This record gives sequence, C-alpha cells and structure tokens, in this order.
Amino acid sequence: MSKQYETVIGLEVHVELATKTKIFCGCSTAFGAAPNTQTCPVCTGMPGSLPVLNRQVLEYAIAVGLATNCDITRYAKFDRKNYFYPDNPQNYQISQLYLPICRNGGVEIETKEGGRKTVGIHEIHMEEDAGKLLHDAWEDCSLVDYNRSGVPLIEIVSEPDMRSAEEVIAYLEKLRLLIQYLGASDCKLQEGSMRADVNLSVREAGAEQFGTRTEMKNLNSFKAISRAIAGETERQIDLIESGEKVVQETRRWDDVKGESYVMRSKEDAQDYRYFPDPDLVPVVVSDEMLQKIRAAQPEFRNEKMRRYREEFGLPDYDIEIITESRHMADLFEAATAICGQPKKVSNWLMGETLRLMKEKETDAQDLCFSPEHLAKLIRLTDEKVITGAVAKEVFEVMFTENIDPEQYAEEKGLKTVNDEGALQKTVAEVIAANPQSVEDYRNGKEKAIGFLVGQTMKAMKGKADPAAVNRILKEACRK
Amino acid sequence: MANIISDETIEYIGILAKLELSGQEKEQARSDMGRMLDYIDRLGELDTSDVEPVSHVFPVHNVFREDVVINGDMREQMLSNAPKQKDGMFVAPRTFA
Repeated sequence: MSKQYETVIGLEVHVELATKTKIFCGCSTAFGAAPNTQTCPVCTGMPGSLPVLNRQVLEYAIAVGLATNCDITRYAKFDRKNYFYPDNPQNYQISQLYLPICRNGGVEIETKEGGRKTVGIHEIHMEEDAGKLLHDAWEDCSLVDYNRSGVPLIEIVSEPDMRSAEEVIAYLEKLRLLIQYLGASDCKLQEGSMRADVNLSVREAGAEQFGTRTEMKNLNSFKAISRAIAGETERQIDLIESGEKVVQETRRWDDVKGESYVMRSKEDAQDYRYFPDPDLVPVVVSDEMLQKIRAAQPEFRNEKMRRYREEFGLPDYDIEIITESRHMADLFEAATAICGQPKKVSNWLMGETLRLMKEKETDAQDLCFSPEHLAKLIRLTDEKVITGAVAKEVFEVMFTENIDPEQYAEEKGLKTVNDEGALQKTVAEVIAANPQSVEDYRNGKEKAIGFLVGQTMKAMKGKADPAAVNRILKEACRK
Repeated sequence: MANIISDETIEYIGILAKLELSGQEKEQARSDMGRMLDYIDRLGELDTSDVEPVSHVFPVHNVFREDVVINGDMREQMLSNAPKQKDGMFVAPRTFA
C-alpha cells in the first residue's frame, strides 16, 4: 500500500429500553415468554387499533438525550416508515424522522493516544422493534413471533466522527455506561438489547471529501465490531487501490467466516415514504417535564469516581472496576454505609466477586447478593465468628443464592470453634501424629510450625481461628 | 386533468405497493391518482402565508399511557386472524434467515 488512508466511521446504535410494557400498548416486554403470548391488536397491526405512547419511553429517551448533551425537541412527533416484511405486521414501523426527540449532542471519549475527543450525536429517536422470524426448515417457510413487536427502542445516530475500532468501542462503552447508570436499558450486545450498525468509508489521509460508505449489520460483540471494521477497511482500500469503486450498500457481517457479504445495494434501496403518523398526537415537552427528568438524573461515573477517591480513598484501580457498573457501585455504597469499611467491601468486590463473575460468566448488573449480606459477612469475619477461609466458602454460596451468611454458617456448623478445650485436644492429636515436625520445630526450623497449623486447621475443617491455633501449637511444642 | 402521471411512476408505485397491475388497471390507477392530485392542488389556491404548519389536525397533544402491563395472553385470538399457524406462530412466506 503506497498511500495512507483514513477510516471514517459513524454508528447507528439501537437500544432496547427497560420498560415493563411496549411502546404503544400494554403488553409485557418480559423476555423468554412463549411465542405470541405477549401480543394484542396494536402490536400485531390489526386495522382500527390505536397506539398510545408509553410515558416512560419518552422519559427514558429524554434522560438519555440530557446525559449525551443533546437539545431536547420541545415539539416532537412520530412518523411511519413504510416497508413490507413479515416481522413488521403493520407494514410500517412507527419511528421519528422529521422531529426526533433529541438532536445535536455528543459524548467525550478517551483516544488511544491518551487524548480526548468528542463524538457528535446527530439525533436520538424513539421507535418500535419488529417481531422475530424463525426459519422452518421442514416446510420451507418462516414462523413469526410478535412478542418483540412494539418493544421500545431508541436509535442513537452519531456523526461520522470516529477514526478507528478503538474509538468506536470507547464510544459504545461510554453510551453503555451512561444508559445503564440511567437504568434505561441493560445494554447487552450479546442479547441484542444494544445493537450497533457501522457506517464506514475510507479516504486518503488529508482528503476533505468523504469516500463512499457502506453500512454493516449483525455485530453483536465488541470483538465482532473490531474485526468487521478491520475487514471492511481493508476491503474498501483494496477496491480503491485496484482502481475499482466502493459501492454504497448494506452488508452483513459473518463473524464465523470473518467476512461480510451484500444484503442490499443502493439500486434496490427502499423508498420508505415516511409520513406523520395520524394515530399519534404530537409530544410537547414542557419546562416542568424537563426539569423533573433533569432532577432525577443519577450521579454518573465520572462524578462517582471523583467522590470515591475523596470520600473513601480507594485506589484508582478499584474505583475504576467498581464504577464500571451502576449495580456494583450501588452494592459498594450500600454495603459500605452499613459496615463503614470501604476498603474491605472493595476487596470482596475486587477479589472473590470478580473471580466468581469470570468463572460463572456473570454480568456485573446481574449480581444477586445483597449489600446487607456482604456487610454481615465482613462483620462475621471481623468478629472472628468465621475464619477467612470459611468466609470465602460462604461467599460463594451467597454469590449464587444470596443466602444470609450468619444463618448459613449456623446451619452448616461453620462457625469458628473458640472452645479452647476442643482446640487443645486436636493440637495434641496433631502433635502425636507428627513427631518429626515437632522435632524439627524444636530444633529451630520455624517453617515446621506452618505444616502443623495446616494439619490442625484441616482436622478442624477450617473452623478454627488460625492465630489461636498458632499460639496453642507453639505452647504445646515447647512443653 | 392537469396532473399526468408517467408510466414509470405507475410502475414504481405498483412495485412499492407490491401490486401486479394489468394494463387496464394501470390506466385506471393513472386517472384516479391524477384526479386526486388535481383535488389536492386546489389547496394551492388558498393563501396560507399566515397559517402555521401543523402535523396533526386536532388540537391535542401529550396523550400517554403509564408503564403498566394491562394485557394478558391473547395468543389464541391473535392467531385466529392468521391464514396459517404453526407452533403458536404465524406462518409467513420464507424470508432470508
């Protein structure tokens, strides 16, 4: 490659909002229900049915707009986007084209070089999701489940401000965190509650005009996004270098094969014939509504990180990990408020929690143990009711079942044995069984005591206080 | 009739509407749509220089529902409208998976 090229990327991000009901009807949005059991005349597009906007959808959309520095449109409305496809029962999708709820925003990201840049947000609009199609191989037909039809989405359209896969991922992470902190969505790429379409073009470095762009769909992990960006950049540069032209088209990324293929080209691009939806009345955002939503905005990550540093004096590394999820930050704050020991709470989160999250592939927002139980576990350890080793064992059960650690330790007989008599008896047995180690210790081999402590702890099933065992053993050996 | 609709337009609208029109139907559609456009053109005779554009004809805004589930399982009723069903789902012509 003789010339230097620059990649120009803009994103369209769809986020499924965490409402209990659909955008225009009172059907549940709960995941995993049997096909079509959450449908009604509105979301299956029956003639004569009337959509009515879910107030929560509007409030979430405005909250996301405020968090991404957008102007909120004070007079917004809905439009129909017309197309025929079996996942779309009305033959149009209700969306917003002319007066979307948010415009002209932007978020700041950190670049690879350690600098900062703003990625502009062109607009955010509200719309409805489509149904799900399953292919039936037996009868060579498609089966349609409309449970997802009418589930609320916001589409966040960025400006073409990103120049690398790293910037794209930094931008997506930023959006994910803001939206999760707002509680507006869980933003899981793998599960489809956050979906990103990548618009990409290349141009010679320094050129002012953009090249012809393609749109890539079906990207459901950060890794797939990185690979697709690398693949598409290379494909477009190859075309240009060999004197061919990049064609404006929509491509589908196949992450298994590591390549994309054409879904549709501009020639058969659809004519959506947008027009205002006459069934839905305009939305007027009053000062009062805006004020209420603004007042309810949570403390976002940057402010939280600053406060944790000042208020709790935690290391930056801990703070970064804890604040990566609002749920974990909430857990941390609530447990600390109860036990007053931020560093110990942080240690449990950074140590055992992260370890188990990795082992059990659990997302931070799905952690189920309560802050009360974590605080209690810390107290039990501090008061030497249970040993550190037992605490870890109890925590593992807490992690999956949120059990009460005190009750559990009681029921399972895990409390530390502080009975001096029982300890003395076990120590005597261990000494009798390991004369060589006792001899070694007496001859000045300090390490031998470690072995004896281990044997005693083992005999006590980990329920003895190691310090007490150490003391009693040493006394016994000196006799 | 002031508005003459070209053959290409008729063809294109047919494709968008997924309609296969016969030669006679195309002629009928051309004349119907021409008359509709003529009718709409009459609006141009009005002086609207002092009229605010509207996107909705009724002076109503902000009609909301609260985020509360009110619908139960209506699958049977919904599927009863399907020409064909299978495993609790609507059967549709094959689409790309």
